[in-house]
Amino acid sequence: MLEIKNLTVDLEEEEKSILKGVDLTIEPGMVHAIMGPNGSGKSTLSYVLSGKDGYEVTGGSATLDGEDLLEMEPEDRAAAGLFLAFQYPVEIPGVGNMTFLRTAVNAQRKARGEEELSAGEFLKVVREKAKALKIDADMLKRPVNVGFSGGEKKRNEILQMAMLEPKMCILDETDSGLDVDAMKLVAEGVNALRSEGRSFLVITHYQRLLDHIQPDVVHIMADGRIIKSGGPELALEVENNGYADILAEVA
Amino acid sequence: MAMPKLKADATQARLAEVAIPAGSAWATTARQDALARVQAAGLPHRRDEYWRFTDPATLVQAAAPEAALFHNDEGPLFDDLDRVKVVFVDGVFDAGKSTDLSAEGVEIERLNDVLSTDIHWAKDLYGVLETRGQNPVARPLAALNTAIATDGVVIRVTGKASKPINLIYLHGDTTSDVALHHVVKIEAGAEVTLLETGPAAARFSCVTEVDVAEGGAFHHVRAQGRDHERRAVTHCFARIAAESMFKSFTLTVNGRLTRNECVIEVLGDDANAHVAGACVGDGDDFHHDDTVFVTHDALNGESRQVFKKVLRNGAVGVFQGKILVKEGAQKTDGYQISQSLLLDGDSQFLAKPELEIYADDVACSHGSTSGAIDETALFYLRSRGIDHKTATNLLTLSFLAEALDEIADSALSDALRDRLEGWLDRRG
Repeated sequence: MLEIKNLTVDLEEEEKSILKGVDLTIEPGMVHAIMGPNGSGKSTLSYVLSGKDGYEVTGGSATLDGEDLLEMEPEDRAAAGLFLAFQYPVEIPGVGNMTFLRTAVNAQRKARGEEELSAGEFLKVVREKAKALKIDADMLKRPVNVGFSGGEKKRNEILQMAMLEPKMCILDETDSGLDVDAMKLVAEGVNALRSEGRSFLVITHYQRLLDHIQPDVVHIMADGRIIKSGGPELALEVENNGYADILAEVA
Repeated sequence: MAMPKLKADATQARLAEVAIPAGSAWATTARQDALARVQAAGLPHRRDEYWRFTDPATLVQAAAPEAALFHNDEGPLFDDLDRVKVVFVDGVFDAGKSTDLSAEGVEIERLNDVLSTDIHWAKDLYGVLETRGQNPVARPLAALNTAIATDGVVIRVTGKASKPINLIYLHGDTTSDVALHHVVKIEAGAEVTLLETGPAAARFSCVTEVDVAEGGAFHHVRAQGRDHERRAVTHCFARIAAESMFKSFTLTVNGRLTRNECVIEVLGDDANAHVAGACVGDGDDFHHDDTVFVTHDALNGESRQVFKKVLRNGAVGVFQGKILVKEGAQKTDGYQISQSLLLDGDSQFLAKPELEIYADDVACSHGSTSGAIDETALFYLRSRGIDHKTATNLLTLSFLAEALDEIADSALSDALRDRLEGWLDRRG
């Protein structure tokens, strides 16, 4: 599914190396988690994969089902099946959430040569999926993320994910700013999407999200590299002992 | 102070062509007085402070510059709305194209009929509100319109109008030079929606005088024609009484030169005056100017000026907006925002926001910004699979939304939003 080989990335604006050789392979249906201290490059990895400006890839590769992601525009990566749930979802005043969702769904369908959904079909699907995430009609009508609480914004991200049905989902600190109940709701939404053909990369600081979204593999990232990989127990180790031991062990 | 020679010469050159149309005694007096105001002030010149950002030469010169017709393949705007249609072709009323001019709660007459009638209530408004609006800043092109206009509508609103009135301005002659003048009198507690659509002419001068009595409401929604080469100078002069509402919105897409002036006097307590505009300009031959002057002379008045302009490929947008709060106009709440979205480095937005306040217990704010597309929002949309152009269009609509939201009737704002979306979509 997702294959990252020796990926090195600099900031475009200044001569600063952020990713210093990341290797990561995620098989279909698997959930991988990346943990790591602040500034280790976790979010940068998610941005580089989804095509945000401001980064310069200096080496290595990243492919999704064999397609070179790094050569593609962000919208083409999305159409190819990549999805990033933002840490800070963006507010877009004046554009209804529903309009936004329908535009996105139909843009991807069009890019893949599929027929666009009619307004009626779309409405039916979105209502059903929104209900599962406890997103009411008012939230669908309101402008994208405007006036949403932290939890509502994150649920809205998961709704987008549910509507777009991507192959590869990256969740960038989806737990940040959420209370326990909101986190459970978001995790349920994610778990409902787990399937054989869909993979997840969950980026988080804390183990608690991983209680709800159980990973198959956990990676520890530090200073632009993945320094250790293991099973779910690795997350518990971090929770109990912090990163210091692992960093010392590797150094 | 003597008028500069250039300005005096230009004024004389234009006025040499002008003859006062025939009419009743009071109309002739009103027109002669208006002509005298033009002579006293002189026609605008780009050295005038009020015309610093907009060159009025092509509005002043004797003949209208040619303007090619725009071939519009869309159906008429607001067509699914039950409305009174008053159609003008190159500034001349066309009864055949218009609907029956009657509706409950309104009386509609043609200006020329009114100005030929010896006794008419319009005598107290025609050129009267325009004259009030000449101070402290002269608006000679409006006075010129009062002097020469022969067509337009005179509307008296006596109750809640049963349907909106749509003035439809068709443009059929590439050199048409048109002056229309409308008078709207809204009686106490009455309410009407006035729609204006279309380019009207190669060069269009339009003056609308609006008198809103106590508790009355005036809703104005205008979509100026998309003919690329048309020129327009419009003036709206409004006087609003206690507990009344004045709301005006203008959408401008295309047009070589547009100057929309709106002059409002809030004369009664607890009255609201809202003026808004959304404009989309593309190319260095696009120049759009919103000039607004709101005077508060009563208690508890509320006014809003909300103007948004999207400019690209060298387009120029201008905003001159003033809130004047007179002594004693306590508890005035004045708000003014003008913003531009500059889609490239060649476009320009020139803003002159002004507050002049003589009361000590008021809340007035103003803001003006220019910015580019928000890259973070653009990336967010693209990461959902929305292509660059569609994402830019969505953000453009998002930017204009605050102005469109000023329209009270969402059926009207939705109609404009849909059109706008289509226009943006079809653009390269």
